[in-house]
Amino acid sequence: MRKVTIIVMAAVIVLFLASWILKAGAFQGEHDHYIIRGFLVTFAAFLTLAVMSFLYQDNPYYKFAEHLFVGVSAAFWMCMGFWTTIVQNLVPRLSTSLADFFEVPQRAEGLNFFFYTPVILGILLLLRLSRKIGWISRWPLAFIVGTTAGLNFIRYLRSDFIKQISSTFVPLLGRDWEGIGAFFSNLDLSATGQLVMMVSNWVIFLGVFCGLIYFYFSREHKGVFGAGSRVGIWILMITFGASFGYTVMGRISLLVGRITFLFRDWLELI
Amino acid sequence: MGKVNLTLLLAAVAIVIIIAIALIFPLERLGQLYSLLLIFGGLVALLLRSIFAKEVDRRIIFLFIFVAVAAPLLFPITFSEKPTAVVKAVFDRVESLPPGSTVLLSFDFDPAMAPEVQPMANAISRHCLKKGHKVIFMSLWATGQALLTQSLTNTILPEFPEKQDGIDYVNIGYKAGNEGVLNVIVSNFEKMFPTDVNSVPLGEIEIFDDIRSCRDLDFIVSFGGGLPGSKEWVLFVGDPGGVDVAAGVAAVVAPQLYPYYPAQLVGILGGVKGAAEYEFSLKETYPDLKDMDTPGLKMMGPQTLAHIVIISFIVIGNIIYFRGRRKEKGQ
Repeated sequence: MRKVTIIVMAAVIVLFLASWILKAGAFQGEHDHYIIRGFLVTFAAFLTLAVMSFLYQDNPYYKFAEHLFVGVSAAFWMCMGFWTTIVQNLVPRLSTSLADFFEVPQRAEGLNFFFYTPVILGILLLLRLSRKIGWISRWPLAFIVGTTAGLNFIRYLRSDFIKQISSTFVPLLGRDWEGIGAFFSNLDLSATGQLVMMVSNWVIFLGVFCGLIYFYFSREHKGVFGAGSRVGIWILMITFGASFGYTVMGRISLLVGRITFLFRDWLELI
Repeated sequence: MGKVNLTLLLAAVAIVIIIAIALIFPLERLGQLYSLLLIFGGLVALLLRSIFAKEVDRRIIFLFIFVAVAAPLLFPITFSEKPTAVVKAVFDRVESLPPGSTVLLSFDFDPAMAPEVQPMANAISRHCLKKGHKVIFMSLWATGQALLTQSLTNTILPEFPEKQDGIDYVNIGYKAGNEGVLNVIVSNFEKMFPTDVNSVPLGEIEIFDDIRSCRDLDFIVSFGGGLPGSKEWVLFVGDPGGVDVAAGVAAVVAPQLYPYYPAQLVGILGGVKGAAEYEFSLKETYPDLKDMDTPGLKMMGPQTLAHIVIISFIVIGNIIYFRGRRKEKGQ
């Protein structure tokens, strides 16, 4: 091990212990388990800094935090799956004695032996771990895929297809069109005014139309068709730009969250 | 030697400027001023460096973003927000419902999304309770239940001590099953949620006297940013059940939900900006809430500075790119 590595590791351990002692001291009197609380806050700060250290360069502290996160997440979701799906949703419908054992309330509708079907399918799904009879696991998988597709098909058809198309049919002259004279005499420049409504409806109409032209490849994109296609790509680029802008805002918010934790809960600066 | 003298001279000038500013400006504004000087001075230095075609290390960018986010947290900079139509629609909807209406708030997010989604969830919860609506809290995410409990115990309920569990609000908690849960509660709550989080049967809870399914609700707001989230609420409850749904979502998801507005979604609160606009509207409408905690508004300071830094770096990057291209052409 290099000398620098040993020095850095020693410094991190000393700082960690110092932070733990100071935080535990700060929590004394406020919390019953102040030593554990002090450790948890210090450990959370250490993990935050360990992940952020990757921005400088890859290092063992980042690796430790990454592996710990993956391991804890897997364990968390496995426990949640067992206690919330199997124990809470399935057990009360299968067996009274099991429900009593796990202390989950009985269902008003009573036992339902139809629920043995998911138990059997769940066991079949686990057969994937066997090389010889692993093929059986495809049956429950096919059932899951088929059920999900069937369940979602109608919902998506109604909400994402029919309703979205009907939302595109917008009045190009805005609401309550009473003629050009009335339009100019009552010109309203507010966000809900007729002029803005008219412009946004035209943007929706042209945006959808030109976007569709861009994805129509059976005809060469030349002339008027090519111009429409170019407007379409501009619309797409503006949309991606807006998405990127929102993504940046989201990521900055997460950084604010972590820095707030470091400054408020750990260092108590704010 | 000449170079050293120039550096010393520049350092002396900088120290004189810093002392002059400290004497002229009020003490509470000094932190903000020095942070801004540090950020914008640094950006100008980087711009000059890029003009002279020197490379900028990526770690410098990270450092700038860190300072731009950290400085406004240490020395708060706040901005006033003008609510946009898409946020105002949600606010107006909660405002226009008669007191006693039943509103369902679903906390469908995890700690990773909490910094941007929890402020808006707290603000809308506050608004509903303030208006006298009956609120049903639930979660489709396992991690959402802990955040829901945190919001209720730390933020919302201490502000409304007169509100009673089961009468004014109820927490029915988390249920596994994603869209499957929505598919059932659109026609029957009790099938999926036999009890609330305190194991009280739904039949014995006053709020549920007139509520059998989601179709009986007056308004639903889903807070989230993943799956299941606001889109699933529209697909499985809003559209088939004919119930008004609004979304409070992480910024990453907001652009995907805009096509549903206004026909299928009453309004959208997108990221921390949406939360800040809602908090601003709430404070303006209810002067007695002016001292409430406003994390959304507080986050807009770091957001604004970080965005300025990012835009500056995009400009600097383009300058470096075009200079390099011109040089290549010249050769």
